[in-house]
Amino acid sequence: MAVFELFNYWVFAILLMIGFYAVIAKPNLIKKLIGLSLFQSAVFLLYISMGRVEGGTAPIFSDNAETALFSNPLPQVLILTAIVVGISTLALGLGIVVRIREEYGSIEENEIAEIDRR
Amino acid sequence: MNGINAHLPALQVVVPMLTAAFVVLLQPRGLAWAAATAASLMSFLIAVQLTLAVAGGATLTYAMGSWPAPYGIALEIDSFSALLLLVITGASTLALIGGKASLESQMQSDRQPYYFSAWLLALAGLCGIVVAGDAFNIFVFMEISSLASYILIAGGPDKRALPAVFKYLIMGTIGATFYLIGVGLIYMMTGTLNLHDMEVLIANVSDQRPILAAAGFITVGLALKAAVFPLHVWLPNAYTYAPHMATAFLAACATKVSLYVLLRFDFFVFQGNLDGHAFQFTAYLMPLAILGIVIGSAVALFEQNVKRLFAFSSVAQIGYIMLGASFVSILGLTAGIVHIFNHALAKGGIFLALGAFALSAKSLRIDDIAGVAKRMPWTFAAFVIAGLSLIGIPGTAGFISKWYLINAALEHGSLGIALIVVILLSSLMAVVYVWRVVEAAAFGEPATAAPIAKIQPAAFIALWTVAILNIVFGLAPDLPVSLATDASNILLGHLR
Amino acid sequence: MTEIFGTFLLSLLVITAVAIVRTKNLFVAVMLMSIASLLIAAVFFLLDAADVALTEAAVGAGISTVLFLGALALTFERERPSATKRALPVIVTVIAALVVIYATFDKPRLGDPEAPVHRHVAPWYLEKTPEYVDIPNVVTAVLGTFRGYDTLGEVFVVFTAGIGVLFLLGYGRVTRSADEETEINVGLRHHLIPRTVGRLLIPFILLFGLYVQFHGEYGPGGGFQAGAIIAASMILYALLEGERHALDVLPQRLLLGLMAGGAILYTGVGILGMLLGGNFLDYSVLSDNPVAGQQLGIILIEAGVGITVTGTLLAIFHAFAARER
Repeated sequence: MAVFELFNYWVFAILLMIGFYAVIAKPNLIKKLIGLSLFQSAVFLLYISMGRVEGGTAPIFSDNAETALFSNPLPQVLILTAIVVGISTLALGLGIVVRIREEYGSIEENEIAEIDRR
Repeated sequence: MNGINAHLPALQVVVPMLTAAFVVLLQPRGLAWAAATAASLMSFLIAVQLTLAVAGGATLTYAMGSWPAPYGIALEIDSFSALLLLVITGASTLALIGGKASLESQMQSDRQPYYFSAWLLALAGLCGIVVAGDAFNIFVFMEISSLASYILIAGGPDKRALPAVFKYLIMGTIGATFYLIGVGLIYMMTGTLNLHDMEVLIANVSDQRPILAAAGFITVGLALKAAVFPLHVWLPNAYTYAPHMATAFLAACATKVSLYVLLRFDFFVFQGNLDGHAFQFTAYLMPLAILGIVIGSAVALFEQNVKRLFAFSSVAQIGYIMLGASFVSILGLTAGIVHIFNHALAKGGIFLALGAFALSAKSLRIDDIAGVAKRMPWTFAAFVIAGLSLIGIPGTAGFISKWYLINAALEHGSLGIALIVVILLSSLMAVVYVWRVVEAAAFGEPATAAPIAKIQPAAFIALWTVAILNIVFGLAPDLPVSLATDASNILLGHLR
Repeated sequence: MTEIFGTFLLSLLVITAVAIVRTKNLFVAVMLMSIASLLIAAVFFLLDAADVALTEAAVGAGISTVLFLGALALTFERERPSATKRALPVIVTVIAALVVIYATFDKPRLGDPEAPVHRHVAPWYLEKTPEYVDIPNVVTAVLGTFRGYDTLGEVFVVFTAGIGVLFLLGYGRVTRSADEETEINVGLRHHLIPRTVGRLLIPFILLFGLYVQFHGEYGPGGGFQAGAIIAASMILYALLEGERHALDVLPQRLLLGLMAGGAILYTGVGILGMLLGGNFLDYSVLSDNPVAGQQLGIILIEAGVGITVTGTLLAIFHAFAARER
């Protein structure tokens, strides 16, 4: 079962780097923001994976299970906050991209730099 | 009134934050600015009160929701926090008072309530980071201050602010996410988010690898936000194209707060627990600090836009702070921390003056500010004082930081001599680039098409307050030096 | 079995992510992002994080897709092919990936109940929630009261994003004259099926949103998810009936008031705690019985969260949707 245990962490690393690659290599501003979203989602996966307890359930008390094993509630709270922070950043980023389109006529980084150089 | 004093740590954040929510609803002209300035002034008074409470090395704690740490979120204020609170709230208040006319020339009045709301949120976010004692709490407030500062920078009339702020947003979010990964790795190995708790629990962790990885992620993430070389690339354009009053505020304190978190995290949590970390800290950060100092000053020598010139100078100054910190000694840390204070005074003064110059010059390129000194002689005089403080002339605040830095370097023998050469060389470069601006402003002939404006009284008072403080803290530096020394002692006390 | 299914979903996720980065059509990329969000939400659910799965589905798959589409409508749908060499970013990325993978080798076994992450703070929350707060959903208890200060910060992050978008894109006042659009051409009105089905769905979505808001203490749910769902129902209305009608029903000034109001409510509850003798955000002093006080506090702040999130997401949507291209 060893491969399954580390699998979540490897997916975290791969997803992190796919997102990071999109941010640094793609000149299109919206692609960068998409990459940033993937980058952040990878981190969410890391936190939630570490919170899982084998044989546990979601940390909600219910009447029929008194001594059940629960998964860790704290990473879930942190990631709830992080998801909302992520979408707030995304909304602001998209607002900036729309304004850039209006002022420059383009949303490709290299074209914008070219316009500024002139 | 005793009751209020106990709640001051919470109020330091709540006052600007709550006012921000109200300010956005204030449409009448000028009311938003007045409310923002009032809230900022109140925050400054709270910061002063807190400084008095922690004078002499005391620490204040506050349990949010009355839940005991580490189960609840704890606030913690010591001399290091107090020094930064003074810088943040002071810079905000002076920039608001001094920049009103500048802002009105750069922004339509119906957008102002949003802008001042963002300003207060930036203030609340920065204060929130500095008073926090919980690693995830720092992340949340870091994002509040970052999002708010993106709005502050994007507010100007220059369209080039938009790509600049987009780059800042991307790099800043990557930095914050790296920080989050690092905190996650530490949490995975210790089970806690409270900084003091982490320090104790990390000592018992057997596997060092995730902790090392965490240290790496946190350092790189915070270095991105602090514009440490070579991750500084977002800073010059962002500071140049932002509205002038926003540059004055952000240049004084925004990156320093990230440096604060870096130092606090590193010294509290990592230094005592990871073998050889102190040496690695010095070995990795000192060269980067030196490169930042040298390259930042060098680029400033050739810059044509005065604001960008001083933005690169800021990269160099951040290098000084990191150089001091990388010594990992009392003198070094004191030098770095006191420079946080002194640089805020110098740079804040410079950008406030530039904001005033912009009202009577066509643009802020070196050619266009010709002769501005003749039209605004007193503003120019204040600018010169701030410039001298930036260079580090004896008698100004900047000299104090350089003095401590040189003393810290002397403790290191031959390496120290080389570092002193670097410090003196970069100070010489500062003389050159400040002189370029002074010369252009004083000796050129003003273009006849430039608008003739006089500086407003409020701006004048704010500017001269900063200029005088530069001299006061150059001649009588007891307040910042004692706070910085206490802070260094606290930080080094966590080493084993 | 769960592990195999989880592994399968994660593999699909990686494939989708690669497809997202490689495609040149941004519309396709956004749709794939939405699928990726749903996959992640499913994985979260399998990892026992029910609240987070709900949030990721509502906010990640739902709202962020709408925002991306709104931005795409105002910019370009296709990416320009880039001629720059891509060797350096690939090298940097591969090195970084190896560093991260190296760091994973010493991590504790996934799911081990004795791992350090499950000791210390987490058992205290599970143990003390029935005693101090007495609500079944521990995640809501931690979010609402034990770490309520973080949640306050989070509400203000949402508020900041809202005022930022309003600052950048303006109010989104619809300026097209009335005679340019006949009544039947507004929104999606001339498409019969979306209009009929949508009109039927809106009240149920609203009801579900309110359910999620108030049921957050007993099951997965809470202010953020509810705010996103209620905003989604109003966005559906705006899409069907057109911007002008939507802004007549919920004008921007009202949305601004909601944005600020929720945040003020939350902070106000905190200050009330201070005035009644506790620390900031101490709810136990809100009532004679501390446990009842905690529950009252949580209901109030979750309401504040829901109000701000609804107002902000709607304001942001209208800022994009009503912007003249």
